Parts: sequence; structure tokens; C-alpha cells
Amino acid sequence: MQKTYKKYFALFVLPTLIAFTLFFIIPFIMGIVLSFCKFTTVTNAHWVGLANYVKAFSNKDFINALLFTVKFTVVSVITINVISFALAYGLTRGLKGTNIFRTVFFMPNLIGGIVLGYIWQLLINGVLAHFNVTITADPKYGFWGMVILTNWQLIGYMMIIYIAGIQNIPTELIEAAEIDGANKFQTLYKIIIPMTMPSVTICLFLTLTNCFKLFDQNLALTAGGPAKKTAMLAYDIYTTFYNRNGWEGVGQAKAVIFFIIVAAISLTQLYFTRRKEVEN
Amino acid sequence: MLKKKKNKNEIIENPSVSKGTGIVITVVMTLLAVAFLFPIFLVLMNSFKNKLYISDAPFALPNSETFAGMYNYVNGIQKTGLLAAAGRSAFITICSVIVIVLLTSMAAWWITRVTCKLSTVLYYLFVFAMIVPFQMVMFTLSKVTDFLHLGNMFGIIPVYLGFGAGLSLFMFCGFIKAIPISLEEAAMIDGCTPVQTYFKVIVPMLRPTMITVAILNAMWIWNDYLLPTLVLDSEKPTIPMAVQYLRGGYGSIDMGAMMAMLVLAILPIIVFYLTCQKYIIKGVAAGAVKG
Repeated sequence: MQKTYKKYFALFVLPTLIAFTLFFIIPFIMGIVLSFCKFTTVTNAHWVGLANYVKAFSNKDFINALLFTVKFTVVSVITINVISFALAYGLTRGLKGTNIFRTVFFMPNLIGGIVLGYIWQLLINGVLAHFNVTITADPKYGFWGMVILTNWQLIGYMMIIYIAGIQNIPTELIEAAEIDGANKFQTLYKIIIPMTMPSVTICLFLTLTNCFKLFDQNLALTAGGPAKKTAMLAYDIYTTFYNRNGWEGVGQAKAVIFFIIVAAISLTQLYFTRRKEVEN
Repeated sequence: MLKKKKNKNEIIENPSVSKGTGIVITVVMTLLAVAFLFPIFLVLMNSFKNKLYISDAPFALPNSETFAGMYNYVNGIQKTGLLAAAGRSAFITICSVIVIVLLTSMAAWWITRVTCKLSTVLYYLFVFAMIVPFQMVMFTLSKVTDFLHLGNMFGIIPVYLGFGAGLSLFMFCGFIKAIPISLEEAAMIDGCTPVQTYFKVIVPMLRPTMITVAILNAMWIWNDYLLPTLVLDSEKPTIPMAVQYLRGGYGSIDMGAMMAMLVLAILPIIVFYLTCQKYIIKGVAAGAVKG
């Protein structure tokens, strides 16, 4: 059968492979090469070695964006996962109306980043108007604005995954714990949380990478203001490419660094939480 | 006796907490639900106010002085060409999703069923693509599409196929591995060609995964801002692009038009969500478990 299947490579795989090569593999390889070049378009590139990387790391905006992104990601990942787990726990107690709550909490997730950004800009600026300032008056406002926005967007998504995880726990296990005299908190800490570790892995992974790669929300909510103080990595890379002539190579070098960080986070995080999962 | 099968997607109502705790949870959830809906309500309310009364007092209800009727909608649609943008967004999303679901499931089947060096290498290449952030290929990808003259709503479809292939293919591979190969062997013995086997045996079994993949890709493509901005002609924007263009350069934003356009941008998503809720929530949960 293998032999017969093999002949159909051109029909089954080739269309996807061509698109994948043209729009992923080639741009990816070109991106790596160009990060070592000075260029304004692809055709006038010339080799400059590590100069772009040196420039990237000595670029204040980039370092600031890196720190801002890390701080933002840490705060958001914790708040999103704690709140969404609490919601999922509350919504799996078999109470009336839980399906309606689930519908409402999940909805913001479907709205695109640009639209979300402007919705929250209205709300936050409305609150700040009482103090006669706007969101771009202080990086603090932008930071917490982004945290709240991202929470609003991702809590519902993570909640769905946690609900699925909690519902997958065999009921006998919880009943057995109750018969053995475990109270609600003991059941939660000794049974439910360890048994939902696979969901925790997924949610941590998703929130980490989503927060780290945030772009649209950043662009719409603050556009990096004031003075690029609330620019995150993805947005900083974008402005380096398109708002600063002659810095395309540095932008590409920043993008490679960004890629390496994202890949490293994804892999380590996956490795560590996979080990903690309970076999069932 | 046939028992009605309980829908696994619905949360079973059978309280496992005392009445008091139940009431507390319900009250907290209700407050949170109101807080979750409030931003959307706020935008809707402000879309009917005169643009001068939005930024300073977004929480004030419209009154006879500030009420603007449908003016913001009419004005905003004219300014942004939102209806045409919605048409483009719908066209790009629907076509890309169909192409992605059909072609990546076919590729996934071949890669899973044929064991050779090539299929292993391809599988890992596609998996690798999932962890690469868009900024990494942003600039070079836009150069490739310029070079190939793909800057229109037809040309962007293969771009989405190429960039979206990683996740979709990964999910299909995961599911196909679980399908027993004996079914296909039986089909082959009965005289099916691989193409017939694929469409008659595999596709019907893949349907739930196909819905999941379609929903995940539709959510991504419909809301995508950066890729169409870099690839498409700015005269012919998609919805997210049209909304972002309202902000324009350094001038002040027409808040009235902005509010109306936000409402129009959210509306189709909410309608889609409420009609296909079951599939969307299931799909997202399934997608996450596999991813």
C-alpha cells in the first residue's frame, strides 16, 4: 500500500508544500541571512556580520521593549490562569445558568486585536478623563491597560480548556476522596489540580506565547506611547522595519532574537510541565 | 428504550455544592458577566452619540443633545468603505479556510501513512513552523508576495495556506494516526484508488477535526491585521485594516465613526458565535488539547 500511496505525492502533498516553501521556508531562510546584512530591499543587501545584532542589543528601545514584554507576560500569565481556573472550577459545580456564563466569558476571544484595542482605549480613556489624562500619559496606564485587555480576551479561552480538563476527571476519583473524608479544599488541591495538569500545560503554553507575541492590541491601544515606553517586542520590531530608514537589517536581527526567545520559551515550558503531569 | 444521549458539550446541572455557596458563586459570576459585557455595551451606546461627546464622557448615556442617530454609521461606512472591506474579509476568510482544510488534510494523510525519510522531515518542518513568530518572516514574506504579484484578495489565499499549514497539518496528523489502517486496506482491496479512499473513507472520519481546523483558521484569518496590511493594496483593505486606517496619521480620530465601525466589526462575529457556539467551543477545546 505504501508503494501505491507514494506515487500520489504530487497530488496530496505538493500544493501545500509549494505554498509552505514559498511563504514560510524561503522567507525564513532569507530572514536569517538578511539579519547579517545591511539592506533596504532584498536586492541591495551586503554582508555586515554581527553588526546588526550589536546594534539591536545596544538599542535602548529594544531593551526597553524586551523588559516591558517580560513584565507584561509574567503578570498576565499569572492573572489569566488563576482567574480562568477559578471560573472553570465555579462553572463545573453543576449550577444553573453555567452555560450562559460560559458563552459570555468566551465571547471576547473571538474579537480581533485591533478592535479590542480601540474598545479598551475608549473605556480606559473614559476613566482617566476624570484625572484629565489619557492612556499615553504614563507607561503605567498602558501597562495595566494591556494587562486588563489581555485578561479580558484570553480568560474565556483558557476557561474552556480548564473546564474540559476538570470534566475529564473520573467522578469515581472525586467520590472516593469524599468517602475518605477529604474536604472541598483537599479535593481541589490533591485531586482536581494534579489531574488537570495537562490543561495547565496547554494554558501556560498558550498564554505565554500569546502574551509574548502580542502585536495588534499593542498597536491599537497605545501604539507604544508615550515615547515607545509601552512598545512590546513585536511592535518594536515592526517600527524598526517600517519607521526607521536604513535599520531594516537591525529589525531583522531583532526578529531573529525574538524568534529564538519565543522558541526557547515554548520548548522549556513544554518540557517542564509535561514532566509534572499525572499519568491516568 | 432509547435514552437521549447527553450532549458532552453542555455542562451537566447537578449541584455539587451547598445552596449558600451556590448562590455566592452565581452572584459573583453574574457580576463578572456584566463586567465582561460592559465594554461592548459601552461602544454600542457611544456609537449613537455625537463624536464630540464621546472621548470626554463615554459613560454618559446619549440625550437629546448628544444623540446622533445613525449618522456615525453612515459617515463611518463612507469614510472607511467598511461594507466592501467586510466583503473582502469574508471572501479571503472563506476561500483560505476551504483551501487550508482540503489541502493540509490531504498532505497530512500522505505524511502520516507513508513512512520514509521525506515524510518525517516534512512533518518536523511543519511542526517547527508553529513556533516561529510572524515578525520573523514579516519583511521577507512581503517581499516574496510583491515579487510574485500576490497583493490582491486572490493572491493572499496561498499565502495563508503556506503560513497556516503548520498548525492545521499538525492537528490532522494527530487525528489520522488514530484511524486504524485496516479500513483503508479494505477499501484498497475493494478496488479504491488512493484518491477514492481518501474522499470516501478518510474525509467522513476527519469531519470533526476539519470543523475544528476550519474554526481555528477562520478566527485567525478574519481578525488578522498585519499580514493583509503588508501584502494587500491599502486601497482595498480588510475589516481590521479599515478600522486601523480610521486612526490615520497624527490627526485626531473621528470617535463617532470609530465607535460605529467597531460595532459593525463585532456584529458578524457575535452572530457567527451565537449560531455556531457549540462547534466553536468544542473546536477550541479540541484544538488546544492537540496543540
